[in-house]
Amino acid sequence: MACSATAQIIQPLSINSARSVDNSDACTKTLSPSSFLGSTPRINKKLFAVNKSISPLARRPTTVFAVSSDVVKEKKLKSNSSLSNLLITKKEGLELYEDMYLGRAFEDMCAQMYYRGKMFGFVHLYNGQEAVSTGFIKLLKKEDYVVSTYRDHVHSLSKGVPAREVMSELFGKTTGCCRGQGGSMHMFSKEHNVLGGFAFIGEGIPVATGAAFTSKYKREVLKEDCDEVALAFFGDGTCNNGQFFECLNMAALWKLPIVFVVENNLWAIGMSHVRATSDPQIWKKGPAFGMPGIHVDGMDVLKVREVAKEAIDRARRGEGPTLVECETYRFRGHSLADPDELRDPAEKAHYATRDPITALKKYMAENKLVSEAELKAIDKKIDELVEDAVEFADKSPVPARSQLLENVFADPRGFGIGPNGKYRCEDPKFTEGTAQV
Amino acid sequence: MLGVIRQRVTCRGIPTSTLEQGMRVVASRAFSSSAKEMTVREALNSALDEEMSADPRVFLMGEEVGEYQGAYKISKGLLEKYGPDRVVDTPITEAGFTGIGVGAAYYGLKPVIEFMTFNFSMQAIDHIINSAAKSNYMSAGQISVPIVFRGPNGAAAGVGAQHSQCYAAWYGSIPGLKVLAPYSSEDARGLLKAAIRDPDPVVFLENELLYGESFPISAETLDSSFSLPIGKAKIEREGKDVTITAFSKMVGYALQAAGILAKEGISAEVINLRSIRPLDRSTINASVRKTNRLVTVEEGFPQHGVGAEICASVLEDSFEYLDAPVERIAGADVPMPYAANLERMAVPQVEDIVRAAKRSCYRSSSLAATA
Repeated sequence: MACSATAQIIQPLSINSARSVDNSDACTKTLSPSSFLGSTPRINKKLFAVNKSISPLARRPTTVFAVSSDVVKEKKLKSNSSLSNLLITKKEGLELYEDMYLGRAFEDMCAQMYYRGKMFGFVHLYNGQEAVSTGFIKLLKKEDYVVSTYRDHVHSLSKGVPAREVMSELFGKTTGCCRGQGGSMHMFSKEHNVLGGFAFIGEGIPVATGAAFTSKYKREVLKEDCDEVALAFFGDGTCNNGQFFECLNMAALWKLPIVFVVENNLWAIGMSHVRATSDPQIWKKGPAFGMPGIHVDGMDVLKVREVAKEAIDRARRGEGPTLVECETYRFRGHSLADPDELRDPAEKAHYATRDPITALKKYMAENKLVSEAELKAIDKKIDELVEDAVEFADKSPVPARSQLLENVFADPRGFGIGPNGKYRCEDPKFTEGTAQV
Repeated sequence: MLGVIRQRVTCRGIPTSTLEQGMRVVASRAFSSSAKEMTVREALNSALDEEMSADPRVFLMGEEVGEYQGAYKISKGLLEKYGPDRVVDTPITEAGFTGIGVGAAYYGLKPVIEFMTFNFSMQAIDHIINSAAKSNYMSAGQISVPIVFRGPNGAAAGVGAQHSQCYAAWYGSIPGLKVLAPYSSEDARGLLKAAIRDPDPVVFLENELLYGESFPISAETLDSSFSLPIGKAKIEREGKDVTITAFSKMVGYALQAAGILAKEGISAEVINLRSIRPLDRSTINASVRKTNRLVTVEEGFPQHGVGAEICASVLEDSFEYLDAPVERIAGADVPMPYAANLERMAVPQVEDIVRAAKRSCYRSSSLAATA
């Protein structure tokens, strides 16, 4: 085994490298340890072929070892024994399908609107990564927190922010979820506990860790009944940033209820992950800090969901954080302004065959969970929803001029709170003379 | 990072020379029994203590705040009283723990994040500005951030270039932040309490050399519900000939300068800004309209400093009232040197303030008319 992680709680598993690359039918197989596939041998070779200068890497073993905690391993072995167990019920399947299709349709519409000039600035689309968002966020309660990066439209939608509000926000209208003041990269929703939306990569990770800290504080110091979990979504590029490591350390140190979800789409704008990272296997960084590190096929929503269930339950029980690396891919460029010239078209074609939505459809069809008609009905419903969102956003007013100076402070004019607990600027005697006791 | 805690021997609020090298006597920290005097350190400690006991959502986080009792002993005794869940010692991870504080503040806790000095806040400045200051605006009021960032700011004594910068001007330019700079113990108590109760992010700039200074304090200040308004300056000394604005340690120097000027017949009005953002423009302008002359004093770098902002504000609002150009006293435009004599030249001294005030009263050249 080439895995050199210090394994106190981690059992490395070796992967059967004889699996075929076109594993769009991977969903149909029940989970077994060997189905915890990350990159297949062919993918690894593809990556290495693109970057010929990295010769030492070409000599590494081409299989990737997935690592999971003991508990997850036991669960997998159990499910091995009953092949008739399907992973999802019909209801869950339809929910997952609808959410992923909403993400896809919404993002496609964003691209259209951008090229028509209705949307502007930086827009980062999530096409291809829907399995990660749906797989994780659909398992959360409303009170759980999600923190994301600038690629946050679909995280917000999965968490429950209405499509109308997200679209209006993107158009810069006052009916948007942040009244047009945030924009594409800064989606906040207090009601649905979406904490942003951060443009700086790595910035969201400490914020998510702080939200997890609050959850633990509420439970232990304020003695409230609180088992809320925080999810931090970020990419492969972020995993080289100092804040990531600082938070892995503190989250494990204080056993915070957080799951760190790495959406490893192999590219940070035009920087390939293997060119930027000394050890590209991100899940290994978890055990170095004392938490389980798991690698999962992020193009398969069912696998993501299984891993997510385990990680979220672990956090909810108070056992601490987990690092989950999802191997996924973005079908479009980094943003709508990115010409996307550096990625190999063959790589893109390969991942297009692993489209998560098609994969789920196939799984449900083969297991006779749903009929074609039901799926078409959902497609139609979502298309109408997205059209309606666009119309709503189009018709909404732009923010009034007076809105420019609003919301800078929570406290209306920024003069603080007086001893009687009210805002000082509301005290009629406030402007009298200089400050005295 | 500073390994040695320095305290200064002071008497009655008048500081001894700031540049004594060698051993310093650790002043006895017993609360002065001649009632009604308190060091700034005691003031900050008592303010933190009272706010933490009043609201269980307030917690303190930073390096050495717990078992070490605070790098400058500001949080002495708090760990025993409130436990490690509320007085959290962190690893050396400014970006990480500042971000954690911001995330906790998003959810209604009230963190007090301590930076060992504000120079270290540069490692976390992304969180102070991008995820704390701007969040209320970006989320259109949904998410407010009731967090306090505090710690010593500005020059200490002999600590070199990387430990001596004043950050008032940098943070003071950010909309969405409130920036406070206390001088006396009353300021320290009142403003820290106001900052902790405030629903917005507050940058609280203390001064290491002021921690050991004692100030007289009134009974109202000792009351646990005492607080001072954010955004209001205080006129420390009334005068009619020239206005001197200052904040933090420079207020003490300005008061000394005013004493010297009074002997020469110049009556100086000293304004303790207390709040860098929002800046109390109305008090400053009212004073300038009375005295017609202005000297701004700050410890930080001159370009784009607090004095520059005050000068522009006065030009905008009270141009016709000025009888002389505005004098701007700031630190030297160099990184802080180490050698004692150079350091003394790099920071404003009382003589500089006196000279500037005289210049603005046209007293400094031999051709000056009498006042």
